[in-house]
Amino acid sequence: MSDKIIIDLKNIVVSYDGERVLDRINLSIRDKEFVTLLGPSGCGKTTTLRIIGGFVSADEGEIYFDGKKINDLPAHKRKVNTVFQRYALFPHLNVFDNVAFGLKLQKLPKNEIQQAVRKMLEIVNLKGFERRKVNQLSGGQQQRVAIARALVNRPKVLLLDEPLGALDLKLRKEMQLELMNIQKQLGITFIYVTHDQEEALTMSDTVVVMKDGEIQQIGSPQDIYNEPTNAFVADFIGENNIFDGVMLEDYKVQIHGHVFDCVDKGFMKNQPVDVVIRPEDIRIVKPEESPLVGVVESVIFKGVHYESTVKCEGFSWLIHSTQCAPVGSKIGIAFGPEDIHIMNKLVPFSTNRVEGVVTEENTVEFLGVTMVRPNLGLSVDTPVMLTIDPKDIEIVSEDISDLTVYLESMVWKGAYNEMVIWTHDRQMILHSQNDEQVATDIGIKFHTENILIEPLSQGKEA
Amino acid sequence: MKKKIASAPYILWMALFTVIPLVLVIVFAFTNENKEFTVEAFTKMGQFIPSLIKSLKLALISTVICFVLAYPFSYIMSRSAEHVQRRMMMLIMLPMWMSFLLRTYSWMTLLEKNGLINRFFGLFGLGPFQMINTEGAVVVGMVYNFLPFMILPLYTVMLKIDKSVIEAAQDLGSNSFNVIRKVILPLSLPGIISGITMVFVPSVGTFMISRMLGGNENMLIGDLIEKQFFGNMYNPYLGSAVSLLLMVIILITMGIINLFDDEEMEGMMI
Repeated sequence: MSDKIIIDLKNIVVSYDGERVLDRINLSIRDKEFVTLLGPSGCGKTTTLRIIGGFVSADEGEIYFDGKKINDLPAHKRKVNTVFQRYALFPHLNVFDNVAFGLKLQKLPKNEIQQAVRKMLEIVNLKGFERRKVNQLSGGQQQRVAIARALVNRPKVLLLDEPLGALDLKLRKEMQLELMNIQKQLGITFIYVTHDQEEALTMSDTVVVMKDGEIQQIGSPQDIYNEPTNAFVADFIGENNIFDGVMLEDYKVQIHGHVFDCVDKGFMKNQPVDVVIRPEDIRIVKPEESPLVGVVESVIFKGVHYESTVKCEGFSWLIHSTQCAPVGSKIGIAFGPEDIHIMNKLVPFSTNRVEGVVTEENTVEFLGVTMVRPNLGLSVDTPVMLTIDPKDIEIVSEDISDLTVYLESMVWKGAYNEMVIWTHDRQMILHSQNDEQVATDIGIKFHTENILIEPLSQGKEA
Repeated sequence: MKKKIASAPYILWMALFTVIPLVLVIVFAFTNENKEFTVEAFTKMGQFIPSLIKSLKLALISTVICFVLAYPFSYIMSRSAEHVQRRMMMLIMLPMWMSFLLRTYSWMTLLEKNGLINRFFGLFGLGPFQMINTEGAVVVGMVYNFLPFMILPLYTVMLKIDKSVIEAAQDLGSNSFNVIRKVILPLSLPGIISGITMVFVPSVGTFMISRMLGGNENMLIGDLIEKQFFGNMYNPYLGSAVSLLLMVIILITMGIINLFDDEEMEGMMI
């Protein structure tokens, strides 16, 4: 890997049908680097790849290749090649002709093409398969053809769009190693798209974690794993204990009502934060040795360690430890100050505050939803502020919902999923037991009886 | 056993309406009024050669025009958004809801000496042009009637070409021309062949279009065959012989076209 920047994305914005798929992406990729774009489906990782490949054009922003702006350069003139998600081999050509496709277009002499193709097929372990039809190959072999077909053109950058997604686990692991070897051997920049965090951590020099069209964190696999910038990255990168906490003062954090010493500072007094504690950093101790006492709910033997789930004050804790306690027994949960990772919450609030207005007697309208509140006692047209607890928003099927909202992110907080949703250009959070697909629309219903209503104007409540 | 019972109606249908008529045509072609075996009918066929050549020529021209019109159209259609595709399909199918004869009649009123088109030109002081009763009018009628049969197989086969295969070709350095030449054309070959077959075969044998739009000058082989069976020239023996000849010519043509399709085109979707 050198320090030369080969690809530079500056403020890239892409929208489809008015929806922003990429929102101000800035990314510099160095020559010979193995970069992985990691994120859940719908996060914009494939679109980023297609921007570089030339199949999508940016609405705003610039893309530089080797220092030259290439926004308007069509795909066939770019010095990048792509390994497509479903291989996209040419079904009418045999293995040799598939691999030779790019070289033939360059009008290279025949024997040169033959040599290059032979050599590349050898690199991907497909020697002797030249005359085979591509539809007679297995998934793994087709994958190798797709890789050879792209690499034979000696691109400066190879784009790989979830290339191992269709393969079974064992073959995946094999191909991961092979791809890493090929990358080192040929010294080509790889930009690799995946939603598999393990794959990303194993293979890359640099991991780019994306969510909802934005980059969350760029760093080495170690950085991303050890120092995630927020709860989303922590949740996505591996199994973690993520809880809501409050930063009482510097070096003091409150989790589930208990105060712990930590090593973080610089937060506001009583600021709500996300607290991450890795399962492998937790020790199992006697109940009297820790303020956190829980009951072991399950123990799974994982080879090197035991994975225990412990229920403590309504929250599930995940513990990876070489020790284990029998299911049903009481244990103490212990960890040191340096094991507590404090992060800013994904949204800077922990409850929802929404403006509304009294439209008729005892009726309030907010976000296009009308609610009746007996004995409200406010005159018509009074502007009001509603406080909606995250617990009082329920996910329901869209046809009986009050509102359809866009689900931006979802993080498991030990007892509930904390979901960040978008509605009417406003972010809200809700707590739910459901698992939903992020980057999709969901229906929500308010438990209106629990909403706190206060008049916004100076006028006193009657 | 079940399979045999289920296919019985089709076998019966085929026997009644395909095999028996075919045998009858062959029998008639080699006999005369006295039910004697003879090749007399074939010796009299010389007079039909010019119309046979004309039929082949016009069918060929129509097929080429249909192909040239349908190919880009099918490609654009197959790459459009789904609701656009449905609308385009609707437009193609719409004329088919009308009777074939009615559609051809409407062309008569358009192309006539004082038909709509000539009247339109008349507004600018042009014409009137002789349009009806020309070879051109017959070709227009054929293209108009048979174009959907070219579009449908092409569209179906192009729909199956994965977008990523086209992107892969671009990725490997193909400009638009090379994408078409090296990927889309070879992958749409099965559609091209069935499209050509479905336009060429009915065009060669057509008789109503040529009679309505071509007049007496442009008698095609189909018209002449029909005349042997209905009308005062009644001679089913000669008619059968010419039909047989036409069938053989079409079979040979199809054989030649299918030579281009000898490779299996499976696995379109990998």
